[in-house]
Amino acid sequence: MALPNDAAAKFQEYAHPEMLVSTEWLAARLDDPGLVVAESDEDVLLYETGHIPGAVKLDWHTELNDPDTRDYIDGARFARLMSEKGISRDTTLVLYGDRNNWWAAYALWVATLFGHPDVRLLDGGRAKWIAEDRPLSTEEPERPHTDYPVVERDDSAVRAFRREVEEHLGQPMIDVRSPGEYSGELLHMPDYPQEGALRGGHIPGAKNVPWARAAAEDGTFRGRKELEGIYAGEAGLAPEDDIVVYCRIGERSSHTWFVLQHLLGFPHVRNYDGSWTEWGNSVRVPIKRGTTP
Amino acid sequence: MTTGTLNPRLAEIVEDFTSLPGKERLQLLLEFSDDLAALPERYAGHRDLLEQVPECQSPLFLAVEVDDGDAVHLFFDAPPEAPTTRGFAGILQAGLDGLDADEVLATPDEFTGQLGLTELVSPLRLGGMSAMLSRIKRQVRAKRG
Repeated sequence: MALPNDAAAKFQEYAHPEMLVSTEWLAARLDDPGLVVAESDEDVLLYETGHIPGAVKLDWHTELNDPDTRDYIDGARFARLMSEKGISRDTTLVLYGDRNNWWAAYALWVATLFGHPDVRLLDGGRAKWIAEDRPLSTEEPERPHTDYPVVERDDSAVRAFRREVEEHLGQPMIDVRSPGEYSGELLHMPDYPQEGALRGGHIPGAKNVPWARAAAEDGTFRGRKELEGIYAGEAGLAPEDDIVVYCRIGERSSHTWFVLQHLLGFPHVRNYDGSWTEWGNSVRVPIKRGTTP
Repeated sequence: MTTGTLNPRLAEIVEDFTSLPGKERLQLLLEFSDDLAALPERYAGHRDLLEQVPECQSPLFLAVEVDDGDAVHLFFDAPPEAPTTRGFAGILQAGLDGLDADEVLATPDEFTGQLGLTELVSPLRLGGMSAMLSRIKRQVRAKRG
């Protein structure tokens, strides 16, 4: 049974208010049997230092990625993962994490590939929960295993592959990396040299809107008007556009995908998870250097 | 350079990790994170005196000293929100601090792969510890003159 939506006034402005919950809403429902909270962080040990009581851990790298092929896990493996975490197909899954929910948004996007019916983000993530002095626990919850069904992953709606991006050239595209990565000055994200590429620059036509602009200082999402100012105003996106977003491996752009699809309600947004680590290493794809699209 | 064998302290740390089942290895890594010594006064607030290790996913800064007796002293600075990076630093501090420069330089580069953390932490993240080790060795070589 899905839990009720968070009726917080801020969320009602968004196109899909049901996709967010506030810390107050969550704190009042931690014991609800229909709810599973999952923490997804960049730092693989952060969960162990203390997490929202009852929350399970979901790691993007060791659990959501296929260990061999550069791809996400398949339906059977996702079903096993969810079952082990105590998540059922009808569970209300609330995700949160560090760094403005960067990795939590990525986990939410992966859950979308499997069509999990009710998955939401905790607005403000781990930082807001802690800033409000809410309880943390180091106890790992023992949730009874469930029998999550095997659902085939459907990449068609929200995922773009390189070939599709090549066909998409000339249509709206957002590069969410830092300005230095976008211009080609940097071959990798600041502080992440191991995820570099042979060529610097961006996909021709892509506009640069760094992902974290969608977050306010406290890690919550900016209000709808501000988001519209950034994405519709500055970047010139329109709701009917067919939009591709990318970064270096598809995680920062999951955050922007969430904003465009769920907060602004643009129906055709795909995340190109191959992103710059694929494009910038590919032979004979067009690349634009410099600060203009 | 991958010569040399593990010094007894690092060998014991490897043994401690590999004798534990998977999840408990993460707990042990967290203990190393918690036990990482704070920067001494002469370095605290002086990031310009420290070398950044950008290969780590979260910011880490380190300083290496080689004293008159050729012993190596290691200092690290990483925020509490980066326990994995702190844990890697803690392992290197516990395993190398106070050893002779030759012993530090003899540490096999591939030792980070022997801790049994590759599957649990991911090779990408472990790359941060290899980078710390190679930067420590480079500084030791430079500083002993």
